[in-house]
Amino acid sequence: MNRIILRILAQRIALSLLLLLLVSVLIFAGTQILPGDVAASILGQSATPEALANLREELGLNAPAWQRYFDWLGGLLQGDLGRSLTNGRDIGEAIGQRLSNTLFLATTAAVIAVPLAIFLGLVSVLYRDRWPDKLISALSLAAVSVPEFLIGYILMFWVGVQLGWAPSVAILNDTMTFWERLHAITLPVAVLTMVVLAHMMRMTRAAILNVMQSPYIETAELKGLGTFAVIWRHALPNAISPVVNVVMLNLAYLVVGVVVVEVVFVYPGMGQFLVDHVSKRDVPVVQACGLIFASVYILLNMVADIVSILANPRLRHPK
Amino acid sequence: MTGTLLKVRDLRIGATIYPPGAAAEDIEIVHGVSFDLERGKVLGLIGESGAGKSTIGLASLAYGRGGVRITGGEVHLNGRDILSLGPKGHRDLRGAEVSYVSQSAAASFNPSKPILQQVTEATIRHGRLSAREAEARAIDLFRQLGLPEPETIGQRYPHQVSGGQLQRCMTALALCPKPDLVVFDEPTTALDVTTQIDVLKAIKDAIAATGVAALYITHDLAVVAQVSDEIMVLRNGATVEHGTAEQIISAPQEAYTQALVSVRSTQNPARTGPATPVVEIRNVSARYKGLDADIVSDISVELVPGRTLAVVGESGSGKSTLARVLTGLLPPREGKILFEGRALAREYDARPRDDLREIQMIYQMADVAMNPRQNVGTIIGRPLEFYFGMKGSEKVRRVRELLDAIDLGAEFADRYPAELSGGQKQRVCIARALAAKPKVIICDEVTSALDPLVAEGILKLLLDLQTAEGVAYMFITHDLATVRAIADTIAVMHRGKIVRYGPKPQVLSPPFDDYTDLLLGSVPEMRIGWLEEVIARRKMESAGH
Repeated sequence: MNRIILRILAQRIALSLLLLLLVSVLIFAGTQILPGDVAASILGQSATPEALANLREELGLNAPAWQRYFDWLGGLLQGDLGRSLTNGRDIGEAIGQRLSNTLFLATTAAVIAVPLAIFLGLVSVLYRDRWPDKLISALSLAAVSVPEFLIGYILMFWVGVQLGWAPSVAILNDTMTFWERLHAITLPVAVLTMVVLAHMMRMTRAAILNVMQSPYIETAELKGLGTFAVIWRHALPNAISPVVNVVMLNLAYLVVGVVVVEVVFVYPGMGQFLVDHVSKRDVPVVQACGLIFASVYILLNMVADIVSILANPRLRHPK
Repeated sequence: MTGTLLKVRDLRIGATIYPPGAAAEDIEIVHGVSFDLERGKVLGLIGESGAGKSTIGLASLAYGRGGVRITGGEVHLNGRDILSLGPKGHRDLRGAEVSYVSQSAAASFNPSKPILQQVTEATIRHGRLSAREAEARAIDLFRQLGLPEPETIGQRYPHQVSGGQLQRCMTALALCPKPDLVVFDEPTTALDVTTQIDVLKAIKDAIAATGVAALYITHDLAVVAQVSDEIMVLRNGATVEHGTAEQIISAPQEAYTQALVSVRSTQNPARTGPATPVVEIRNVSARYKGLDADIVSDISVELVPGRTLAVVGESGSGKSTLARVLTGLLPPREGKILFEGRALAREYDARPRDDLREIQMIYQMADVAMNPRQNVGTIIGRPLEFYFGMKGSEKVRRVRELLDAIDLGAEFADRYPAELSGGQKQRVCIARALAAKPKVIICDEVTSALDPLVAEGILKLLLDLQTAEGVAYMFITHDLATVRAIADTIAVMHRGKIVRYGPKPQVLSPPFDDYTDLLLGSVPEMRIGWLEEVIARRKMESAGH
């Protein structure tokens, strides 16, 4: 590791932290300007002006916004996500299980989708403009074009109900073994894989084809290497940077964008948790979820940046 | 072993072209070329761009670049017709029996892999040698080719070695599998003259030491004369003349070969004598942001109306940086620039539009200096509009005048850059610079990308326009023949400094400083044995020191 790389990495990490801070301001401000009032929604129709005022005082809603922001931020830095307004539970505790479920789902989907996408991208390049390439493109585009809830319901009907190969509702409980859990999430994983596959596959294909124009690819061909060796040994290592960026964006989508899929399969993850609490106007929970999603996005993009930097031989081996 | 290694008979090569606005069309680019190459001999293929020399070279690896296809004829290597082999046969051939050295080693090495791995890859994959033997051979070749630290240079990445070194590594890559034939495709064209000479010598010695046969492709007759036993002159995909190197150089039969041998006939007697300069660059130093050393330092030169200052030097000597300082793209750190006696603003955006108009530029790569989606009339008309507010018929008339001035007809106004040849593109760029009616034009390597005969035409045009318009040229080039042809005064740059400056006759006659001597002595001369003489003289000189 050399000084230039360390400096760039330090810059990236510092930038990510700054970005996270700005996002926290944005999330806080955003939830403040939402219409409605927690106290009113908790008390419902039975609210008397007096009860409302009391509850507001109790929840700390009367303090100025900036003060509440810093209280919230101070709590966050100590690992305290606050308490749910609706049921008074500790948010960190409530989210913990949900988050790990979502990560389980997303990781499983990623472990299948990323290698598959890169493999299909390589195959597409190898059979460029011939039928395997066209078939892969057509199928993956079709998969990404159909809304995920529709794919979800179709799979549920055919695979879950008609064929009975996998449970159509992905419910987890504590007594399940790892394999039982995997079996439970078969269908949501399939849906997620189909949704993110096309993007990564096409980017891999485009990035490698772009590299294939380089003179050093001709050099490799004139060494008498086979097409696959040329792609694998000479093209792919130079296409890592764009591919990693798209892979990370899709991983972030897997974590953040699973809301619809989780709702379809009644999966106990972050997405459903968020949706539930938005409808209850439980602002602290919504803020906490937003911040976690933002952190995942920023973290994965930072990883993409770092991998890109490390993949650049000019930075890794300066003159 | 002697005998015929490569036998090419009636080779025909075709390609599909896609002319703008027309249907795709199949054309023939090589029309029935035949030749033989003996084992251990070197055949030089020479011609201008489009002559088909690289295409023929690649055909001996049974390879067509891009959409190029071999459509007819036979190529026999070691007695069998390689064109009739299947893909597997072609792979077994390439990088084993025959290998290829390309023009730009910098682009032809994979940037993400260490050099040694790339040098030995074909040898190991084809099972010509074991991994360890291949590495040992590569290191031997590195040593033979005069690379520094031959034991460890292979562990470096391509960007960590210089262009000349990388070209030697490419030669090692080609020789490592002990091939019977190596195709050298312009291996020294991208190098500076002072570097070219050493690489040329290294390649020649390596050919001699390994006994490999070679096709040596270049557009530079003086270079090919140094390394070849025989020379074949090509033009538009057909053989013009084929003979021994001696015969082609000293007694060319065909008119075209004679023109190639005698190119660079333009000689412009230096116009000297006292004159009022239009631009004075005084003690200018400049550096790029973030660097802690000057790229140009303490430069003082003058530009005189109607005369040409040639700024000559190798790549990295600061020539183009000096041009950027003059145009205000790079503000100088020290010193100043006077235009007709008054100081110019340091940065271009602080200069009034009229100051910007007075200094125009013409670039090396004419095709990237023009917007491909604008036609010639729009490209030339833009400065007329921008600087003079011309519109309508007035502009059209002026564009026509300018097109006449560059010897292209008015009908060119409707054409797009893609429809022009390299020389025509450069003429359009000249017209665009002239349209601003500048007092100074900076010509940055304007003929470097052109074939000799086309370049000759461009230089003549520039000289004629200078006589007519009285404009001062700052002519940046690495090519001393061009300098001889058109300069009035010369500034020799080396490592950001001017090492020699004065009227042409004085700069080009002895006594020389060391660097100018090296530079002048490195320009290949069109006679056999020149390379050995120069190397021997250098050795004697360095032994004398």
